[in-house]
Amino acid sequence: MRYAFGKIALVFYLLLLMLPIYWLIVTSLQTNAQILGSFDLFPPDPTLANFTRILTDRTWYEGYINSLTYVGLNVVISLSVALPAAYAFSRYKFIGDKHMFFWLLSNRMAPAAVFLLPFFNLYSTVGLFDTHIAVALAHCLFTVPLAVWILEGFMSGVPKEIDETAYIDGYSFPRFFVFIFMPLIKAGIGVTAFFCFMFSWVELLLARTLTSVNAKPIAVTMTRTVGAAGIDWGTLAAAGVLTIVPGAIVIWFVRNYIAKGFALGRV
Amino acid sequence: MTIMALKRVTRLVGEELHLDDVSLNLQSGQLYVLLGQTSAGKTSLLRVMAGLDRPSEGQVMLGGVDVTQKSVRQRNVAMVYQQFVNYPSFTVYDNIASPLRLRGFRRAEVDRRVKETAELLHIEALLGRLPAELSGGQQQRLAIARALVKEADLLLLDEPLVNLDYKLREELRTELKALFARRDAIVVYATTEPMEALIMGGNVVVMGEGRALQAGPTLEVYHRPGSIRVATTFSDPAMNMIDVSVRDGQARTKTGLALPLRGSLANLGPGRYRLGVRANHLFLQRRREADIELEGEVDLAEISGSETFVHLRHNNLDWVIQEEGVHPLQRGSAVTFYLDPEKLYVFGDTGALELAPATTPLDHAA
Repeated sequence: MRYAFGKIALVFYLLLLMLPIYWLIVTSLQTNAQILGSFDLFPPDPTLANFTRILTDRTWYEGYINSLTYVGLNVVISLSVALPAAYAFSRYKFIGDKHMFFWLLSNRMAPAAVFLLPFFNLYSTVGLFDTHIAVALAHCLFTVPLAVWILEGFMSGVPKEIDETAYIDGYSFPRFFVFIFMPLIKAGIGVTAFFCFMFSWVELLLARTLTSVNAKPIAVTMTRTVGAAGIDWGTLAAAGVLTIVPGAIVIWFVRNYIAKGFALGRV
Repeated sequence: MTIMALKRVTRLVGEELHLDDVSLNLQSGQLYVLLGQTSAGKTSLLRVMAGLDRPSEGQVMLGGVDVTQKSVRQRNVAMVYQQFVNYPSFTVYDNIASPLRLRGFRRAEVDRRVKETAELLHIEALLGRLPAELSGGQQQRLAIARALVKEADLLLLDEPLVNLDYKLREELRTELKALFARRDAIVVYATTEPMEALIMGGNVVVMGEGRALQAGPTLEVYHRPGSIRVATTFSDPAMNMIDVSVRDGQARTKTGLALPLRGSLANLGPGRYRLGVRANHLFLQRRREADIELEGEVDLAEISGSETFVHLRHNNLDWVIQEEGVHPLQRGSAVTFYLDPEKLYVFGDTGALELAPATTPLDHAA
């Protein structure tokens, strides 16, 4: 009985969560006239015109390319910086290691807005303003600490004796790291990439402020739908659906490890 | 022949002394058993020998060359850990082959050696599997195979059989002994169990609190432990100890027990001594005329297979008797036991050995 009640409650909760997404999809399949004209649970005459417009109009799809570029850059930079750092934290003792480890995470406690002005000033001075790498680097401030924390947890789960055996067998450090160590923590690397991706993908404030034309993210492009004739609801909804897709794909790949990632690898 | 020499090796970690002035000479083609309790410095010593850790003081010489600062990658060593350490993402074949490939052996040669070594350890049927698909015993066999395949000058094993069940341990121990006998390497085998040291034979280095207490051929050390520390470490169950003072040909304890001193013990000068007797030299039945009869109260009778360990109290002293056969004795019951005075070890006031019982060929069976 209690089991059944729990099930019903969960299904209800799930419906509640899915409702806005469902509504987004329904809206994206209709014309503006249909959207504003009637209230339909199912689109009476579904059309893909909104999607076609986004995928064929350069000013639209460029937003996606820009976003994916700086997000991809961010994931690559975060991982390549965090992997060695996490290895050092998990394997070696050095002066201030614990404090530094905590300080890394405390970086995330500051709101992004705090760094907005310094970043803007700095990037304008060195000529990085409105480039993909500028946004990727700015996002690294938040993703690198997170990546180090997650990876350190996964790495500490690998016994140190494996490292030593590899050295005894004659492996050089890079070779050991790439061929033996990384396959052992590949779940951790996947989860870390996911977290970096998600942060960078949904972050808007820094991305918007540090770009103007060339590296404009999709979320900013979406504000274009407000025009003199009102809001272009159908296109806006279609763009929204398309922003969910990359995240959903990434989640699919790491779905079995996400819980471990939320525990920062410590299980 | 290669000789590895440790010269006054000391290792400090923070304030803790892990190795304290250890000097040893190890020869190739020989087996050395490092015997000591937990945290006696066995693992620390192995790690210094391997080059995984550097000594704070002292030198490690290999074949006359100082290798103290040489990194582990440049030394030709192999190590087997207590945990089963293999490369989880490699198959059994690739695990064994990896040290060979790193040395640039030809493919055919790698293949030949991998198969040969796998056969020695009876894992030739498992070459295509991943380590996670093996049982504990097979995983450790794999780790040993990987250590053997590279034919290192120095083969180190840190309690390799501890995590295996009893049956597997006995089986693998016998195999290992035969494998080591054919090797030209310096084999160092760490263990906490005196019985294992006796079975492996060869030489023994008894460790305690970071020191090498005594080194020598295993049976010699067993029969003539140089000090109380060595005798306690190299005796399972622990050697029974009694404080006595010797006067007029008799050894008296504080509690009033008087033991007549006969045979080689008759020449003991007056003074204070500690007498030691191994649990297997105490008996529940009289064996000889000269045996000394003692009374005690049973604390616990542990029956392990074909043997019984009787823990008992005698004159406020704890004793352990190891007796063959099953003897289900009730707690609190009175028991008469017998001590063979010819089997007494005599230690001086400082703990150094004064007299050891003469060894008979029969003891070698132990």
